[in-house]
Amino acid sequence: MYKFNHKNLLGMDQLSVSDINLILDTADSLMEISSRDIKKVPTLRGKSIVNFFYEPSTRTKASFEMAAKRLSADTLSLSATDSSMVKGETLIDTARNLQAMNPDIIILRHSSSGAPHLLARYVDSGVINAGDGIHEHPTQALLDLFTIKKKKGRIKGLRAVIIGDIAHSRVARSNIIGLRKMGAEVTISGPPTMMPVDVESLGVKVILDPVKAVKNKDVIMLLRIQLERQDKVLFPSMREYAIFFGLNTQLIKGAKKDVIIMHPGPINRGVEITGDLADGPFSVILDQVSNGVAIRMALLYLLIGGGKGDNLD
Amino acid sequence: MITWIKEGELVDPRSETKKKLDIVIKKGKIESIIPPGKYNPPHDTEIKTIDASGMIITPGLIDMHVHFREPGEEYKETIATGSHAAAAGGFTAVACMPNTRPINDSRSVTEFIVERARKANIVRVYPVAAISIGSRSEVLTEFGDLKKAGAVAISDDGRPVTNSELMRRAIEYAGFFNLPVISHCQDLDLSNKGVMHEGTVSTKLGLSGIPAASEEIMVVREILLAKLTGYPVHIAHVSTEGSVEFIRQAKEQGIPVTAETAPHYFSLDHTAVIGFNTNAKMYPPLREPKDVEAIKRGLSDGVIDVIATDHAPHSELEKDIEFDKAAFGIIGLETALPLTLALVREGVMDLTSAIAKLSYNPASILSIKGGTLEEGKEADLTIIDPNNEYVMNKESFQSKSRNSPFIGLKMKGKAMLTMVGGRIVWDADQCNSES
Repeated sequence: MYKFNHKNLLGMDQLSVSDINLILDTADSLMEISSRDIKKVPTLRGKSIVNFFYEPSTRTKASFEMAAKRLSADTLSLSATDSSMVKGETLIDTARNLQAMNPDIIILRHSSSGAPHLLARYVDSGVINAGDGIHEHPTQALLDLFTIKKKKGRIKGLRAVIIGDIAHSRVARSNIIGLRKMGAEVTISGPPTMMPVDVESLGVKVILDPVKAVKNKDVIMLLRIQLERQDKVLFPSMREYAIFFGLNTQLIKGAKKDVIIMHPGPINRGVEITGDLADGPFSVILDQVSNGVAIRMALLYLLIGGGKGDNLD
Repeated sequence: MITWIKEGELVDPRSETKKKLDIVIKKGKIESIIPPGKYNPPHDTEIKTIDASGMIITPGLIDMHVHFREPGEEYKETIATGSHAAAAGGFTAVACMPNTRPINDSRSVTEFIVERARKANIVRVYPVAAISIGSRSEVLTEFGDLKKAGAVAISDDGRPVTNSELMRRAIEYAGFFNLPVISHCQDLDLSNKGVMHEGTVSTKLGLSGIPAASEEIMVVREILLAKLTGYPVHIAHVSTEGSVEFIRQAKEQGIPVTAETAPHYFSLDHTAVIGFNTNAKMYPPLREPKDVEAIKRGLSDGVIDVIATDHAPHSELEKDIEFDKAAFGIIGLETALPLTLALVREGVMDLTSAIAKLSYNPASILSIKGGTLEEGKEADLTIIDPNNEYVMNKESFQSKSRNSPFIGLKMKGKAMLTMVGGRIVWDADQCNSES
């Protein structure tokens, strides 16, 4: 059987196609646990997991915690406000202190790109990147791939479009890498101020106008829009964004009849997507959330519990 | 006492000399430069001979752009430790930038630096004073008084002058005192929160980018101000193809502009950041391969006059942290010479012009002594073994800081002996010296 030879999950770029398939298959087999009457298995009993969130997060933090609990691991959740970071402790010092308590996995959400990579150099436990700056958010990409595969039966050959602030989105970056690895075509769309330089080097097509970009697509992924990113003002107003770049019933007509609409949340209703579309039949937004728990269970299981090979990275 | 350096290959850019010659040093000055075998040493004087066969002897190297962190951040570097690093790198003189704490915007800070350098008594340390009080781009500092106190140039390095009218007046006013104005070219609005070059690597790593235009806009501004005022401007740490081309055009039009680059801009590109390597984080950032090639062209055809290190020591407190929070800057004094010699081996420049960019040219721009080997002049010189191969390791630095992207890399070429005013301030111990 194929072995999962990773100690950490820092980004999608470290995963092979076989790794991704294994994670998706494992998630599929663990999915059923969440529908049981007693939603708990003893797989990770006695293992401890630290949920370390330097940045506010509801969905991802809750999802990891739920995943860990369903596998019977002990969890500890820390956020920036109750960590020593507010007292001026450096990330590395905090890491060393956590390390001294010998956890099995540290899950890190951090506003700095590369922070989990730095952490991984200083701790013996595994590190899962739960979103680092504008770099990567690999578990989001994996749950998105999982959702697509469950809805479409395949990923290879599908046409996906990601609309929004690609430049400042870790979700976009991880999804581009993941979708490309799994053989999907990826188009990105949105105002030019939100396109990273030389983004074609990531293997994507750029079609700025969403009307053209959604044409014949199987998957539409939307990103949460924020007026201010990194002190840069990238567009004049939410109102204007909604008019020219927001997804609405008119716009979606160009896409395939069985298109699915995805969004990592939280949604700005009426900005990147209209409310009726978010709640409508094309939307798989809540499936993403359910699938997120299964994907994170799979990862915790593969990183701590099973599938560990000899060549740990 | 007389020091007799025998059989070295003397390279003097000013006189365009490049041949085997002996140098005789007496009372801190070069007494004579003569062909090997022609010197008759006096019998009544103690003579120290230095066998320099197989070595290159150059004017003492001059680095017109260093940060010595004193006063204020002595845990990173002091004038003494920085001077040791300079000597070990073959430098006999440095010009230290004013972004200390407090900023060197007054006679008292300038005098303090001069005094600390005198006490350290290693290499010549020339203060560069700030252009504006607190480098806040509001009010000019007292250029005349600062010059009298020992400043050799003015610059708001690290905190560039944002106000173009103030910069114009600074260039004009400095012109009266013959003080060169050194410009750190960065449009702060455009570079914004950027932490590395904006390009394929920043896109991949999810790090905010600093576009090349952030530097080039200011290079063009300074060129236009030099043209407007007729007074010279020196462009610090040129890193982009565009900057090189704009400076080339300016020089062709006779506009009084000079320029420097740093060794990392011709040795590394932005891929060095991959892995979130904070030792590859500096301003201006490491650029693209096409920029590296343009810098080499600029060095080759003389558009870039000077190689300066921008030696910027930082401790682990500033560097062993998240990439976006880490400080900008790397140390460079102890790697500049081998990196420059690598360009000579590559055929980018001949040895004489490389040495000119490390000695004669900065001396001319700053109007300071040194930069040439001539009879009657101060004996500031460097003996270089061009074939010495070694791995740059973390422990070998004389600098107090270790923030170098070149750690672990193979180097070729080493300063074996550095002499300031006839005094040996660095001896790598491999020169056969005997009394």
